[in-house]
This record gives sequence, C-alpha cells and structure tokens, in this order.
Amino acid sequence: MTAVTSTSPATPPSTTGASGVSSAQRRKRRITPARIALHIVLMTAALGWLAPVLLAVYASLRPYADTAAHGYLSWPERLTFDYYIQVWQDAELPRYFFNTLIVTVPAVIIILFLASFVAYAIARVRLPGARVLLVLFTAGNLLPPQVLITPLYVLYNKLPLPWWISDSMSLYDSYLGLIAIHVAFQLGFCVFVLANYMRQIPTEITEAALVDGAGLWKRYLTVTLPLARPALAALATLEFTWIYNDFLWALVLMSSGDKLPITSALNNLRGQFFTDYNLLAAGAVLVALPTIIVFNLLQKQFIAGLTLGANKG
Amino acid sequence: MTTTPLAPSAGATTSSDGPPSGSRRARRVRRLGPRDITVLAVLLGAALVLDLALVWGPTVASITLSFTDWNGISDLRWVGTENYQDIVSTYPPFQRAVRNNVLWLAFLALVATPLGLLFAVLLDREIRFTRFYQSAFYLPVVLSLAIVGFIAQLVYARDYGALNALLGRENNPIDWLGDPDINIWAVLGAAGWRHVGYVMILYLAGLKAVDPSLKEAAAIDGASEVQTFFRVTLPTMRPINIIVLVITVIEGLRAFDIVYAINNGRNGLELLSVLVTENIVGEASRIGFGSALAVILLVIALGFIVTYLVQILREDRR
Repeated sequence: MTAVTSTSPATPPSTTGASGVSSAQRRKRRITPARIALHIVLMTAALGWLAPVLLAVYASLRPYADTAAHGYLSWPERLTFDYYIQVWQDAELPRYFFNTLIVTVPAVIIILFLASFVAYAIARVRLPGARVLLVLFTAGNLLPPQVLITPLYVLYNKLPLPWWISDSMSLYDSYLGLIAIHVAFQLGFCVFVLANYMRQIPTEITEAALVDGAGLWKRYLTVTLPLARPALAALATLEFTWIYNDFLWALVLMSSGDKLPITSALNNLRGQFFTDYNLLAAGAVLVALPTIIVFNLLQKQFIAGLTLGANKG
Repeated sequence: MTTTPLAPSAGATTSSDGPPSGSRRARRVRRLGPRDITVLAVLLGAALVLDLALVWGPTVASITLSFTDWNGISDLRWVGTENYQDIVSTYPPFQRAVRNNVLWLAFLALVATPLGLLFAVLLDREIRFTRFYQSAFYLPVVLSLAIVGFIAQLVYARDYGALNALLGRENNPIDWLGDPDINIWAVLGAAGWRHVGYVMILYLAGLKAVDPSLKEAAAIDGASEVQTFFRVTLPTMRPINIIVLVITVIEGLRAFDIVYAINNGRNGLELLSVLVTENIVGEASRIGFGSALAVILLVIALGFIVTYLVQILREDRR
C-alpha cells in the first residue's frame, strides 16, 4: 500500500528511477553546444507561445485611444489598471464568476464521485457486462455535442421543476440543467481514465479489506478511492478547465442574461456598434486567471496522474 | 506492447498483480450482499440514467428528427432523405464547411500534433527550466476557445493588429480575419497554437511511462537516437498515440467556439458544428435540417469512435 501511495502528488520526480536521475544529472552538468542550441530553440518557441497572451495583457493596460492611434505593437503612452476596474464593476464580473462556480464546482464533484464509482464497479467488482458499460460511457463522451442540441433543448423545456429549484420552472435556463449535461457528457472520459487507473492497483489490497468483511461501499470509499488520488487530481484539473471554459451548453440551454457563465459574459463587453478591445482584453485576462492558477498549482499532480491513467498497457 | 510500461508506481504494482483467476472473480461476485447490490444499483443506475437520458437518448432522437422538417412548433412531418439531398445539392455553406473541417483536421494532425510530440520529446530530457517551457506551451490549452478567438483578433486585426505591424505592413495591411481566402489559415494558426500544448502534455506523460531500459537496450544495439525514437519509443506509446489521434479528430470535428467568437462562423469560417448550431438555434429554426447536418457530423465522428473503442476493447481483454 505504501508503495502505491508514495507515487501520490508530492513526489513525482523521484519516479524516473535511480538510473534515470543519475544519468540526467550527469547530462545536466555537461554544457555542450547541442544543449545550448536546444535551449535557444525551446526559449524562442516558448516566448513565441506566450507572445499572444502577453499581447493581451499589454493591450489591457493601455487606453483605447493609444492603441487606436499606434496599433497594438507600439510603445505605450501610459499604462493603467482602469480597464480592470471598469470590467470588474461595469460588467458585473463577480456575478458571472459566481454563475460559473455554482455550475462548475458541483459538476466536477459529482462527475468525479459518479465516475470513480462506475470505474470501481467496472475495474474491481467485475460485474457481468462491465465492458459494455465502459464502451457506453466512453463512446458517449466522444459524440459531437451539436448532435444533442435539439432533443436536449426540447427535453429541458418539457421537464418541469418547482420554482425553488429553478425560477424558470423547467430544466431549461436552470443551473441544475447545466450541471446535469456537464455531468452526463463528461462522465465517459473520467470513467475511462479511472477504470484504467484502478486496474493497476494490486488486488491484494482490496482482498485484505474483503477478509475484514468490509462491504462494497466501504471498500470503494476507504480503500480504492484514496489510492486513486493522483488520477482524481489530474481529472479534477482537466474537468475544471473544460467546464469553466464551456461556451456551447450555456449558449443553447440558458436564456437569462444574468445567469450566463463568465465565458459568455465576455460577449457582453462587446458593444453593438463599437467594441473596445482593450476593455475586452482586460476581461479576458480576468476570466482566464482562475484556470491558469489552478493549472499551475496542480501542474505536478496533473502530469503524474495523467501518466498513471494513460499507460495502461 | 509490454505490460504496464513502468510509470512511477507501476513497478510496485506489476509484481504483485497475479493472474486474475476465474475462481477468485466468481467468489467476489458471489460475495455481494444485498446491501452491496443496492449501492451498485443506485449509483450505477444514476450514472446510466444520466448518460442514457442526456447523451444517448438525444442522439437517437436527433437521427430521427433529421428525417423530418420540424421547426420546433409544427407537427412532425416525415420527409425521408429530403434534408440530406438539400444539404448536398442546394446548400452552398455545406461544401465550404466540409472543406474547412477537413482542412482543420489535416492541419491539426499533420502540423500541430507532430509539433506537440517534438516539444514533448525535447522536454523529456530533464533539462533546466523545463517547468517554464511546459507552462508556456500548455498555457493556451487552459484558455477558453472564446478567449483564444478574441486574442486572435488582437494579433490579426487589419488596422491595429500586431501581426501586420510585425510584418511592417501598416500601409498595405492584410485583412487576416476578413478575407475569406486566408482567414481560415489565420484561425488554424490560433487553433494549432492551442492544440500543440494539449498534445505535448499527453506525450510528456506517455514518454515518462516508457521503460528507460528499452531505450538503453536499443542504444547498446547501436541504434541512433532518432532510430530509437521511431522504432522503439513511439511504438511502445501506442495507447497514447491512439488517444492523441482520437483527441485530434474530435477537436477537428468539434471546433466551434473559436470561429463563433471571431465572426459567428461566417464569411470563409464555416464549420459543420457552426452550421448545425445556426440552423437549430438561429431564427429560421430549421431543426430537421440542422439535425441532418448533425447526423453527418456524427457519422464522420463514429468512424473514429469505433477505431478508438476497438483499441479499448483490445486492451481490456489483455
């Protein structure tokens, strides 16, 4: 058990194994022309990759009149945070952030919970028909979402909800409806990754719990789930990013402007006849910030978890 | 493919994983008590109902609707394959959308994916600043496509955009996003910018899982680094290759937000997904027609989904 848990988030670098590390260190000490060339190539590419984002940040700090006169690639007359203040206040960004969170957080939690249980049932319980289940869920995630739009729209309008759950009185235009479609659509991917991951956990561990007379639920919750933590962390990062960034479902299944998620709210910053792109840039930077922070915080776990889930060979 | 190619913990797990014996499996199934069965029924049931009601049900319904001329209000009227015939013969945006989707797919598969693989290989060498490089390449992936579409405007805008300034064409500017002959390439640049990071991170994970002793053995046998990569490393990453291929295809077919954010997918930026959305959500409300477009998209996707599933099943059997 300790062997498996030791791979958890905290210690991914140790994982390459002793020989890998030592040879890497040997290599690192030697500064060859090839190494320098490699760094030049990578640094150029990396800065090129960052350039558009930096351009957006730069644009957001400059008044419209300045960039309109000199273009986006020019020396600034002055830099200000005015646009950020304006976006935060005028565009009611906090409210849209709240809309996104009220959908994203429950959706990610429910997805991970349901998917981990289904994966557990498929990978560890060996139910008859487990393979069919796996295929059903995985294939569902691969369908183009546009195929689902019409029937979902009709279904959502026909399903009544009491007013205290949805003020639209139906699943359409409700947070619950958005959460439901995210959960249903993303389940497949998570089931696939988690089932692969759980298969690698040695059976001895669950066998031991079996001898103790633990029930299925207890074995899932106290034995398998904690062992699957790296994969869960990787999936949490991915799913958070995907659902946070969703644009299509909200466009199709929501109608009240004040319930839209943050990505759609960006469009509100576009004027009917005139769009201040610098203002929009400030909005985009603020909207992108949470996903960038989440990724950087979980970067190590992310790669470690992905490695384990993907390498089922 | 070798079994469990040695990722971090795999070393510990493989050794202890005995061959799953049939009798043990049978015993475990028999051990399920009534309480276990209730838990299974409730949770598996909830997941299944959600998946069937919100994913598979609507898919089947869409296929049915594609044979009607429903507009959302009228009665359902069966029109056979009329919608499909109209799409092919009298709907010009369809040809452009198919061309753009194919172009999108080819660009991602032939340019962006190999570039992502190259970055992953370069970054897999335990070099300095690797975390910075990784973050830089991955950054676009965490941005929403709507934001990518907007950043594209800062770069490509005709009058104030950075690209024209960089090329020194302020006096004779190129309308990167407005000219229907070139705007698809400009948008592909933005889509590729994002896809490279995606592929890089997947391959980075895949490369870490390749057994270093395989590479060492190849080196001892006198294989060059390039040979080792193409003959040993790449083939052992087959599961990742398949995942990357499928993700590439899905991204190519799902592409939507980015063109929608730029100009609602018109004027040279038509895509199948946009046409579907436009017909269904748009004012015309041609739901039967839009569904037929969706089914065409579905059929293309299915080809790749089946390939993917065959791979899953083959792995599952092992």
